[in-house]
Amino acid sequence: MKKIEIITRSYKLEDVKESLTALGIKGMTVTEVKGFGRQGGHKEVYRGAEYQVDFVPKIKIEVVIDDEIVAEAVQAVSGAARTGQVGDGKIFISPIEDVVRIRTGESGSDAI
Amino acid sequence: MIQSGDTAFILVSAALVLLMTPALALFYAGMVRSKNVLGTIMQSIIMISLITLEWIYIGYSMSFGPDVAGIIGDLSFAALSGVGTAPSPDYATTVPHIVFMIYQCMFAVITPALITGAFAERVRFLPFCIFSVLWSVLVYNPVCHWIWGGGFLGAMGVLDFAGGLVVHLTCGVAALVACIMIGPRKGFGKRQFIPHNLPMTVIGTGLLWFGWFGFNGGSALAADEIAATAFVATHIAGMTGMLTWTLVEWYHIGKPTTLGACSGAIAGLATITPAAGFVGPNSAVCIGFLGGMICYLAVLAKNRFGYDDSLDVVGIHGVGGLIGTIALGFFASTAVNPGGADGLFFGNPGFLMTQLTGIAVVGGYTLVISWIILKGINAFTPLRMEENDEEIGMDTSEHSESAYQA
Repeated sequence: MKKIEIITRSYKLEDVKESLTALGIKGMTVTEVKGFGRQGGHKEVYRGAEYQVDFVPKIKIEVVIDDEIVAEAVQAVSGAARTGQVGDGKIFISPIEDVVRIRTGESGSDAI
Repeated sequence: MIQSGDTAFILVSAALVLLMTPALALFYAGMVRSKNVLGTIMQSIIMISLITLEWIYIGYSMSFGPDVAGIIGDLSFAALSGVGTAPSPDYATTVPHIVFMIYQCMFAVITPALITGAFAERVRFLPFCIFSVLWSVLVYNPVCHWIWGGGFLGAMGVLDFAGGLVVHLTCGVAALVACIMIGPRKGFGKRQFIPHNLPMTVIGTGLLWFGWFGFNGGSALAADEIAATAFVATHIAGMTGMLTWTLVEWYHIGKPTTLGACSGAIAGLATITPAAGFVGPNSAVCIGFLGGMICYLAVLAKNRFGYDDSLDVVGIHGVGGLIGTIALGFFASTAVNPGGADGLFFGNPGFLMTQLTGIAVVGGYTLVISWIILKGINAFTPLRMEENDEEIGMDTSEHSESAYQA
């Protein structure tokens, strides 16, 4: 099992969700986050005073999936979230040791 | 003799002016960081209570009581003694005396609230309250008497229709003294002080504008043609100020901003305040334009001088009141208001000098007394929050509450 964390533009949430649910993925966790990468921040102006805002608002989507659909999921997300402009975000993939469904006590792939 | 129309109009105007204080609270609160929202709102709304009490027990009598040597009113009206439903023989003679009293009370309430924008996000609540009451007694009440209550400036011919000197210049000068003495917010010049909720500031602007019709229109003290003139001039200057600031900012920064549009409207409204009932519509456009343009430049100048007037009380209210009072010296016309004066553009340069004298006296007095009050309070209890409390924010450290739950 793998966890994929997708950090991308907030307005891409629906597109990414649809691309993942189309693969049969049934759950995900979404968090509003702030950060910066190569995109850097942006400038805001209040009564003539300029502020550099370093932390750009993004969303983070976390899903845990079986190993065999990881490549497909990454490809789907990349297609859904890509604009081609700097700031499209990143996908992090990490191994998951186990998953337990609290209600039933099931574990492993059955609990995803 | 009491006129029911005038009485109804002044009562409604008093309610409109009262609304400006919570409106100001929203206007200011939107511009501070989220940890200081309630502290900022509190500094405005508590004035409704504190200053009303001060006003009925001493302030009204100091301001509008029988004149003593042109300097101050005596205490005949203390605790509203003799201020009943019969009209005053001296003020607003067609409405009950008590109606005039409560209308003027609302002006006394909002003036110290306006100052709070200068030292937002860093002043302790108790010394702030002491400052506001002392300042009202020692600055607002005498200046109000000098101009509106039969004092020496009014006798000299200084005109101030609805508070360019009495409200805006006094609060602007006090704001300048206070923000310099109290010092900048921690991290000023290094950290970001980004407004946390500009839609809140927009709501505040709208409600202030609405209330301003009572502030300026009601200052005619009758539902008559002067009230109509003042009402229209107020709207015209507000909208001209908004457009001017927006265009200047668009040209200067490259984009028009919402905060700029709101700031311009308030600048235009503050600038027309002393002139509202004395000028025609075209003059109101000119005054609104001057307000939008010069207040924008004054706010930019703050960044050069390096003092931390957090929410631009000096640049918008102080400079607005100053410009409006001077502009009245140019644009006043007895064709508009026979009870006023002719300005320079209507063949009377002497009136401009009178207005400048009024500015020098009110500005100088406010500067000195505000400085003394702040120094005096600071000797007993520090005005400034402790460093750690300032970092935590006023909402938690001063009031043990928070505006937004996660």
